[in-house]
Amino acid sequence: MENYALQMKAITKEFPGVRALDHVTFSVRKGEIHALCGENGAGKSTLMKVLSGVYPHGTYDGDILINGQKVELKSIKESQNAGVSIIYQELALVEEMSVAENLFLSHDLMRAKIIDWNKIYAEAQKWLNHIGLDIDPQTKVGHLTVGKQQLIEIAKALTQKTEILILDEPTAALTESDVDILIKLLNDLRAEGVTCIYISHKLGEVMTLADTVTIIRDGQTVSTDRIEDLSEEMIITKMVGRELTELFPYEARPISSENILDVKNYTVTDHHGKKIINDVSFTLKKGEILGFSGLMGAGRTELFMSLFGGLKGNPTGTVLIDGKETSIKNPADAIREGLAYVSEDRKRYGLVLGMDITKNTTLAALNKMMKLKVIDNALEVKTAGDITYKMNLKAPNLEALVGQLSGGNQQKVVLSKWLLNDPKVLILDEPTRGIDVGAKYEIYKIINELASQGVGIVIVSSELPEVLGMSDRILVMAEGKITGEFSREEATQEKIMTCATGGEKS
Amino acid sequence: MKTQPAANIEAHEKRELSFKLDMQAYTLIIALVLIAVIFGFFTGGEFLSSRNISNLFSQMSVIAILAIGMTLIIVAGHIDLSVGSLVGLTGGVAAILHVWYDWSTFAVVVAAIVVGALFGIWQGWWVAYRAVPAFIVTLGGMLIFRGILIGLSKGQTVSPMNDSFKAISNSYLPFTIGYILAVVSIGLLIVWTMWNRAKKKNLDLLLPAPLIDYGKISIYSFFILLATYMLNRYQGIPTPILIVVFFAAVFIFVSSKTSFGRYVYAIGGNPEAAALSGINIKRNTLWVFTSMGALAGIAGVILTSRLNAATVNAGNMYELDAIAACVIGGTSLMGGKGKVVGALIGALIMASIDNGMSMMNIETFWQYIVKGLILIVAVWIDIASKK
Repeated sequence: MENYALQMKAITKEFPGVRALDHVTFSVRKGEIHALCGENGAGKSTLMKVLSGVYPHGTYDGDILINGQKVELKSIKESQNAGVSIIYQELALVEEMSVAENLFLSHDLMRAKIIDWNKIYAEAQKWLNHIGLDIDPQTKVGHLTVGKQQLIEIAKALTQKTEILILDEPTAALTESDVDILIKLLNDLRAEGVTCIYISHKLGEVMTLADTVTIIRDGQTVSTDRIEDLSEEMIITKMVGRELTELFPYEARPISSENILDVKNYTVTDHHGKKIINDVSFTLKKGEILGFSGLMGAGRTELFMSLFGGLKGNPTGTVLIDGKETSIKNPADAIREGLAYVSEDRKRYGLVLGMDITKNTTLAALNKMMKLKVIDNALEVKTAGDITYKMNLKAPNLEALVGQLSGGNQQKVVLSKWLLNDPKVLILDEPTRGIDVGAKYEIYKIINELASQGVGIVIVSSELPEVLGMSDRILVMAEGKITGEFSREEATQEKIMTCATGGEKS
Repeated sequence: MKTQPAANIEAHEKRELSFKLDMQAYTLIIALVLIAVIFGFFTGGEFLSSRNISNLFSQMSVIAILAIGMTLIIVAGHIDLSVGSLVGLTGGVAAILHVWYDWSTFAVVVAAIVVGALFGIWQGWWVAYRAVPAFIVTLGGMLIFRGILIGLSKGQTVSPMNDSFKAISNSYLPFTIGYILAVVSIGLLIVWTMWNRAKKKNLDLLLPAPLIDYGKISIYSFFILLATYMLNRYQGIPTPILIVVFFAAVFIFVSSKTSFGRYVYAIGGNPEAAALSGINIKRNTLWVFTSMGALAGIAGVILTSRLNAATVNAGNMYELDAIAACVIGGTSLMGGKGKVVGALIGALIMASIDNGMSMMNIETFWQYIVKGLILIVAVWIDIASKK
């Protein structure tokens, strides 16, 4: 009899009209890292919500056993008491509070009538050392990078005597170096006997980190295998239930010699007088896909936000679009000049979540929906319907609020919105972050198609395989400067990382 | 979670649109019917008499006008606490120019609206271009406008108005004209619906079943005729209600059919996404406050006309009634969500409670308590129905 930390048996969870989980079986051995894979909407989150008590006992069928004992988890608190901690993609830290306060927010140390701050700071320091983070426990969490905040969340879970740690897409927002730190920490925790459930779309990480992989699709368990018996391709095939011939549908296209975008000596100074973009020059040709690689904070997002007129600051330098000099002061100017910018954070910068699909789709091109200054609703619905159909958007209807769509479908709405403006240059900042494999593939195909129609495309991405797989040419940024340029043929992960870390050869 | 079976949109759109149940609208209507039944019962039917309905509509007109503008303010993610004072000030300015300086009725109405709009621009400028929270700007405005009013009027009540000014709030449409207006508006409804259906059909879009569209029209027509009939049984349609209907129509149109209206919803829903979609947030915010100011000017004129006097306390606390009307009508204080029609029904509910309880000779203090409770319960129902 094997020693299981967690067994979920024949879990069935129904919502009105939908069976989200259908007799799912999921068993995790003590002290292993167990990856849970599946497309968005496959049922991973629902399963974890059952485990973490968000859906209390009685609202689903099936049994949960922790350490062989049958449990009935009626609330999140009970689940935590049973040793289950879940860390979501969106971190749940109070940014205005210190690291120590966050660590012990719901801990008995904070519940004391008089709080012993010295003890809390000392304890916090101990935990920070434990996870290998060299910072002062009195630092405000908001001042830390997302990667470090993630580690704080893990430490917080550990302070609560966690036996089963669930990580939901922990690396979605992390840079490569932060990912390495996280992976090291998880390996250390495994050595200490902490059981970990790891949900990720990044199969590279799954392959390096996991001991066992369970795949679910359409609310059912497909398989549970030891990692030795799997390859990335096999996982993908099982997840999507069909063969994906390749991850990146790159097609060699003839690229025009005309520059569609020409940026010369572009410098942005922030209000502290710091040059966040330092003398950047590059060109983009019609129909070219240009990858922008670099670490988080290298200035890629700032560069394109600024070019798009969406960043406060004081840009200098010249920007030519289609050979014409432009002076873009705000996004409205940028749209008029033919730029489109799909931001890295679609919920924050791309969509109005409480609005329906139609209205989000036409928001940046509303002037095209007008007759005599009045919105022509029929034309609007028609336009939105046509473009989202082309994008293969899956939604119950066009009046559905975009907040209710999955990440991949939300991204398709953002793409639809910008394509309505027939952009000359399409800037995609982390275009596939948090999107499942199937939708990713579709988005790559759309990008290729647009490029072959002559749109100049910029892909800013922290995922090296994506940049390598999609780009005709790759630029690398570090500390606000361009530090490397590679053709598709010469580029390798190693060369890019060398430039991204400032060119120091290791 | 399992998604809907591969519901690609166009395939889906070919089906006929099913009738959508709008919980919020139904809750409001049920609340209104309940109020009518309860007060009707306790006042022996007097609450539902033609005379009282006529009074009720006239009483709600000032708050209704304010609630129309307040909807846009709240949808944009702001708040306006100054409208009560601005109603007092614009009404006071109108009365002073009219009584002390002998300006014509037409001139003082224009003056009140212009004064309201200018103060709206002033507040909008602080909110949009100086990034001071609307709560603070309009809290300041509340004090400033009341102060100006007391200063201008030297603390006196300004009265009386001449007949043409009084007529703004105290006259009725002749019966025949009332019926003609009712029939014309029903005609417009029908033409509008048919035109829309034809256009959608032309673009090969999905249509609601004819029964639903024309059924809706029949219900609306019935209520338009019923209201006209009830009001005509007394003295005819009161002019202030006509003003409310006019501005409600204008703002429903603005909020749903113009880019300005659409942008206001987007700004309230997600200002950052709106900005990156090329929307000029500052200018649109300024416009929202300007229109609120102008509407406060109109409300000021109606109030002064109805009271036949301008007092230093006129419009006191009206901002709270207007905000409550919006909130009861389903406008979210988080911004991005809300409807003018909802605010009107909210205003009607608030006015009904005032009116019905005074008819039942319940002491005034109860009105405050009941209105406060209804506000809380209305929002609770909204929140609970979303779960």
